[in-house]
Amino acid sequence: MKNSAEVVIIGAGISGCSTAYNLAKKGVKNIVVLEKNYICSGSTGRCGAGVRMQWGTEMNCKIAKESIEFYEHANEILEYDRDVDFKQKGYLLIADTDKEIEQFKKNIEVQHSCGIPSKLLSLEEAREIVPYLNTDMLKGAAFCEKDGFLNPFKTTDAFYKAAKRLGVEFNTFTEVTGIKTENGRVVGVDTNKGFISTNIVVNATNAYSKNICDMIGLDIPVYSERHQILVTEPVEPMQDPMVMSFGLNLYVQQSPEGSFIMGRGDANEPRDLRITSSWHFLEEMAKTIDAILPPISKLRVVRQWAGLYNMTPDKQPIYDKADNIEGFYLCVGYSGHGFMFGPITGIVMSEMILGEKPTIDVSMLNLNRFKTGNLLLEPSVV
Amino acid sequence: MEDNTIICRCSDVTLQQVRDLIKEGYVTYDEIKRITRIGMGPCQGKTCGQLVLREIASATGQNIADIKFQTTRPPVVGVKLGLIAEEGRRNEE
Repeated sequence: MKNSAEVVIIGAGISGCSTAYNLAKKGVKNIVVLEKNYICSGSTGRCGAGVRMQWGTEMNCKIAKESIEFYEHANEILEYDRDVDFKQKGYLLIADTDKEIEQFKKNIEVQHSCGIPSKLLSLEEAREIVPYLNTDMLKGAAFCEKDGFLNPFKTTDAFYKAAKRLGVEFNTFTEVTGIKTENGRVVGVDTNKGFISTNIVVNATNAYSKNICDMIGLDIPVYSERHQILVTEPVEPMQDPMVMSFGLNLYVQQSPEGSFIMGRGDANEPRDLRITSSWHFLEEMAKTIDAILPPISKLRVVRQWAGLYNMTPDKQPIYDKADNIEGFYLCVGYSGHGFMFGPITGIVMSEMILGEKPTIDVSMLNLNRFKTGNLLLEPSVV
Repeated sequence: MEDNTIICRCSDVTLQQVRDLIKEGYVTYDEIKRITRIGMGPCQGKTCGQLVLREIASATGQNIADIKFQTTRPPVVGVKLGLIAEEGRRNEE
C-alpha cells in the first residue's frame, strides 16, 4: 500500500469505484481506494439489481436518467471485457390506493419535464405487460420501458477494472480506523495496514458513512436500515419488467439468469447495522407474492440475504464536502438507490473535488439542507 | 481435471473460468462468486464450494481451512413461496 496519495477514497462499491474512475480519467495521478472487505461487498453488492427513472423529485429523475443513459453504453465506455447485463424491460409500478395514483400522476409530470418516457396505465394495460398480475386489489399502474435490470457486481467490476487500468490503487481488506486532521484540514488516513498521508478524503461508505464522518466530528443526519431480499430457483423467462409497489412494500424482477429477485424494507428495523436474515421477512414477502403474482409462489426460495439502505430525511443522497474540515468529501445517504446513480455520483464528485463546472447541478443535495429544513421529499422508495 | 470441466452445475462455470479469475487477482470465494455466480444457484455452493476453495488454496498457497466460504443463509434447501405464505397465514389465525 502506498503511504501517500493525492486522493483517498473510502469504500469500493459503485460510488467509490465510479469516483475513482472519473478522477483518474480527468488526470489525477495518485488515487488510492480503501475497502474494509472486498470490492462490491457492501450495499451495492446486496442491492436488488434494478435501475429506474420513475422518481418523484426532479433531482432524482435527472440523476437517474443520466445514469441510465450511461449504463446503456457502459460496456463500451468502460471497455469492459465481461458484460454488465443491462436489460431494459421496464418497471411496472402498481398502486393499491387512489392516493398513490395521484402521486403517480404528479411524479409522471416531473418525469416528463425531464424527458423520461413514463406513462400511467390502466389495470388492463398492466395485465398486457404481466398477464398473471392479480389486479383485484389494485387501482392502477405506471410504466417506463427504459427502466430495467443491471448486474451490480459486474457493473462495479467494470468501473473497478477501468480505474485500475488508469493507475488507481485498490486495497481490499483494509479498514479505515481514523482520519488525521491538522489546522482544520485532512492530512491523512489511518488504516489497519498503516498510515496514508493525503489532503483529500472521499467518504463513499454509504451504510457506514456516519461512522466515518464521526472520525472528523461531522454529524450527518443519516441512519442505516436493513432491507432484505430473496431469490428463487431459475425458470424460463416469464416476466419482463420489475413489478414494484410502494404501498404494498414490494419489488420483484426476473433476472436474466431466470431466477426471481424480490425484496422489501421495514422502517421498524433496529438501527444496528445488522445484515442477518429473518424468517419474518420470508413470510411477509411470500404472502404478498401469493396475493399479487400467484404463479411465482410456485417457485422455491433458494436464498435470502440482507443489505443496508443509508437513509436521509428526504430520501435523496448527499453530495457535498464537510464545512468543518477542509478536504473531506462525501457521497452517501442514497436511501436505497446508490447503485443506479453510480455513474453520475462519480462525475459530480470528481467535478466537485477538482473545482470544475458541474455536468448536473447537484448543489441542492448539500448537507446544509437538513439545517435549513429546505427538503424536497422523495415519495417513491421501497 | 480438464480445464473445460464444469465445476458449477447451477451456473455452468468451468474450471478454466475460475482459474482465469484467480490469475486476474480475484482470490477470495466471494469475489469469484460475484463475477461467475458460483454458489448462487439452487445448490447454494454445496457442490462447487469445496472445488473453488481448493483452487484458491492451491493457487495462493493458503491452507484450505483458512479460506473463507460464503455466508450460509436460509433456507437450507429450496422451499416453495406458496408453502411459506400458507404457513404465514396459518400463524396469523
